[in-house]
Amino acid sequence: MSVTTHPTAVPAPAPIAFWRLKGFPLIPVLILLLIALVAIFADVLAPYDPEIGSLARRFRPPAWQEGGSMAHLLGTDHVGRDVLSRLMYGARVSMIVGLAAVLFAGVLGTFLGIVSGYLGGWVDQVIMRLTDTWLALPGLTFAIFLAAIVGPSELNIIFILGGVYWTRYARVIRSEVLSLKEREFVNLAIVAGCSRRAIMWHHILPNVINSAVVLATLMLGIVIVTEAALSFLGVGVPPPRPAWGLMLADGKKGLMVGYWWLTVLPGLCIMLMVLSANLLGDWLRVKLDPQLRQL
Amino acid sequence: MKHYIARRVGYSLLSLLLLSLTIFLFVRVTGDPASLLVEPGASPQDIENVHRQLGLDQPLWVQYWQFIASLAQGDLGQSFYYRTPVLDLYFQRLPNSLLLAAVAMAFSLLIGIPSGIIAAVRVGRMWDSAGKIFALLGLSLPSFWVGLVLILVFTVWLGWLPSSGSGTALHVLMPAFALGWYFAAAHMRLTRSSMLEVLGSEYVKLARLKGLPEALVIGKHAFKNALIPVITLAGINLVVMINVAVVVEMVFAWPGIGRLLYEGISFRDFPVVQGVVVIGGAMIILVNLAIDIVYALIDPRIRLAG
Repeated sequence: MSVTTHPTAVPAPAPIAFWRLKGFPLIPVLILLLIALVAIFADVLAPYDPEIGSLARRFRPPAWQEGGSMAHLLGTDHVGRDVLSRLMYGARVSMIVGLAAVLFAGVLGTFLGIVSGYLGGWVDQVIMRLTDTWLALPGLTFAIFLAAIVGPSELNIIFILGGVYWTRYARVIRSEVLSLKEREFVNLAIVAGCSRRAIMWHHILPNVINSAVVLATLMLGIVIVTEAALSFLGVGVPPPRPAWGLMLADGKKGLMVGYWWLTVLPGLCIMLMVLSANLLGDWLRVKLDPQLRQL
Repeated sequence: MKHYIARRVGYSLLSLLLLSLTIFLFVRVTGDPASLLVEPGASPQDIENVHRQLGLDQPLWVQYWQFIASLAQGDLGQSFYYRTPVLDLYFQRLPNSLLLAAVAMAFSLLIGIPSGIIAAVRVGRMWDSAGKIFALLGLSLPSFWVGLVLILVFTVWLGWLPSSGSGTALHVLMPAFALGWYFAAAHMRLTRSSMLEVLGSEYVKLARLKGLPEALVIGKHAFKNALIPVITLAGINLVVMINVAVVVEMVFAWPGIGRLLYEGISFRDFPVVQGVVVIGGAMIILVNLAIDIVYALIDPRIRLAG
């Protein structure tokens, strides 16, 4: 048997129509796709500039309510900006920040998890103690902190969220690597003279990537909610950018007089996106990775 | 076993030390507190004086050493802003946080346990699916948004509850519900899976064979045993709740630990931030340590795997 050919290679399963699988979360996926499309084409779809309003038209209710008009389908906010347009551009902010942060956290956490699990010894000790320390701080507190240090901007938020949430990947991936490295194909690769870097890169990584993807889907919801919370507290995406969390913070200005659309609508958007991501993640977890069912 | 516990305790202390160092360095990167304490346009001499007063003119390692040395004696230093000991501030706010967490916990268990049981008893049927959706909703709704919607409904539209502040029993209801909602979902999930496990066990089968009425089997035999992991999680979550309530506290202007921390960060009140974070971190590290040790006592395999 030639051990230098990829011992990890598993015969590729015949391509199957994903959406025909049992329990495929069709509606959540369609919702996510819709949000993604709105985010991409916000420039074309949005009827108004999301950052410029007119004080003459402030606090207009949605079209179906008394005093509303078709000019502003979902009403206007405290400085007269069109809520629908802001929601559409907000989808873009949430999508970009959410995906980028999850990717950043995933790459960092997976890398550290593999290195920690495979190399063991003091490297493992250092990374795991760091993980413990990170986990002793609630994610949101930690994020508020980092935001206070680096100042609010969309790019910073991505790094902050990634810097906070990599630990979850590191933990899970490390424990998988611990059992993987005892497996035959790794031993064979060592015998064949592969370097440690090659083993981690070519033999371990392909075997943990599934878990990383599942975790990423599950993390997406958490990251989006945290971003919204940070923006809500005023340490996230800076105004006047159209972010859903920021809209909720602005919505407080009309809350006590009953301007419900400024509070309810952005929250519904967050909920739809997070719920869809969670449903998809839940399904992926069961389908792709039985080991993660315990999570 | 002794080895295992000693190592765990050692790791915990190390984590705590790392946490204190991390937080010590992080607060100092947020900026100069003196610039917020003096009048705008103060002379460099004044700022220098403030630095000396606060002990910020010392080298970093001296400051850290003083922080750790007094921490070891249970002293968290003086707040820059309030000029009172941090521990006093902490204990002023702690009752509020505990009250909020306790009521939130009550909500989450009152919702989570019954719905978890129903979902387990009717597994795979309508109630189970409804429970699943409820659980996912709980995990998907940002708690601060739940809070805002509660204010909209119960304060603005119905006029039943006060929107913010503290003092009466009515004040705690909405923040506690907003905070407890997320945890209700977690408790429901665990109750369900724990109930399912117990319902499949031999002694439940025996109880059924004896011809006991189903209500008694579920209510007495199954429920009691299924409750153990749920109570464990609830205990851990109580600690977590005290430390994650910051956004809910901000929405309802609830004077808890979370707001103390948030104010501390905004005012660059280093001792307050360090104190709150270290106490919160210590709580979480302690709980994790306790779990590790209890599990190791129960399950020898964990001890050996280390």
